[in-house]
Amino acid sequence: MSRVGALLARETALTWGRGGGPLVSVGFYAGVATLLPLAIGPEPTRLSAIAPGAAWVALALASLLSLDRLFERDFEDGALDQLALSPVPLELTCAVKCLGQWLATGAPLAIAAPIAAIGLGAPLTLAPPIFVCALVGGLAFAFTGGIGAALSLGARRGGLLTAVIVLPLFTPPVIFGGGALAAFASGLPWTAGFALLCGYAAAAVALGPLAMAAACRNALS
Amino acid sequence: MIQSLELREVGVRRGGRRLFSGLSLTLRAGEACALTGANGAGKTSLLRAVAGLAPVEDGEVVFGGAEVSEARAGGLHLVGHNDGLKPARTAREELAFWSIWSGGTEASALGAAEALELVNLLDLEVRRLSAGQRRRLALARLLAAPRPLWLLDEPLSPLDAGWRTRFGAIMQTHLAGGGLILAAVHDPLPVAARGLEIAA
Repeated sequence: MSRVGALLARETALTWGRGGGPLVSVGFYAGVATLLPLAIGPEPTRLSAIAPGAAWVALALASLLSLDRLFERDFEDGALDQLALSPVPLELTCAVKCLGQWLATGAPLAIAAPIAAIGLGAPLTLAPPIFVCALVGGLAFAFTGGIGAALSLGARRGGLLTAVIVLPLFTPPVIFGGGALAAFASGLPWTAGFALLCGYAAAAVALGPLAMAAACRNALS
Repeated sequence: MIQSLELREVGVRRGGRRLFSGLSLTLRAGEACALTGANGAGKTSLLRAVAGLAPVEDGEVVFGGAEVSEARAGGLHLVGHNDGLKPARTAREELAFWSIWSGGTEASALGAAEALELVNLLDLEVRRLSAGQRRRLALARLLAAPRPLWLLDEPLSPLDAGWRTRFGAIMQTHLAGGGLILAAVHDPLPVAARGLEIAA
């Protein structure tokens, strides 16, 4: 097995098993979807109108839950030192860690997203676009969230700092994904919003690891 | 392949405080150096600076026979207080991963486990290991993926007398094969080593 393959398998397993793994994020997500009708009323027309947007915002917040420990534990226990002493560039290492995060929490959330939206009253035809948008959006959330997690390394209340750094970075995918889903629900062309979401995710995958590696090096020194 | 390590008038600062300056050392293949000094003198910081994980304030770290980036990306091992082992994973999973990550294989990880008598412990979670067993697991990385320069931060502290002697034999074999060892210690190393004291 190659170094990168071994790291991806390890990161996915660690994220899957860490503090309840994807169950925490999916449980939080299900909780939001359950509480929403109680807060705004059970009227089906109102619920079905906000279902895609609500599901999308809940997805962004659920993605945030598991991000704060992405680098922190490796930093504290010395694993980040060992990961840095390798021919594998730290940028690639950071990218693989985010990919593991996405596989272990982003993919389960993408499966839960259409279920929650349909539960809130969204039509069945919305399920495929919600799944695809959640899958691509989850990638953007993992790679932009990784920047916040790396920048807050070693800081007290790092989780809070991560949220403060990350929320502005989450805004574009929330707008693009929510816009695409709203357009699809209204029968309008939705590919422009989806293309922007894909573009943002691609930029996050390409540029995020550079920022993460720089932040990790700074924290290690 | 690193053939020598030279510290030229090295100074290190940590957290805004200068720990030491003007430290010089030349270590050649087959030589070991015991780094001593009071707690907080900067022994760990020096090891991290040699590994490139901390900045060198003054002076220079030179690796003979290898570019600096090449030496740090695959020519040295750093085993410190924080071993990077995950408590919830088994010793087998952790050793195999770090072996592959350091350039070894799963087979070489098993060979290292045999050398450090960890075979019967491999299916235990890391959190179930004693401090000494856990240190042996961390040290097994040195054998699973051979690299010429070993930077060791108090490698012997949790080991019992028998294992200190046996690890001394492992160090001796490494030195006989042209390896280099720079170890921060409070007790004498179980191999012939030069001494370098960091004074505050």
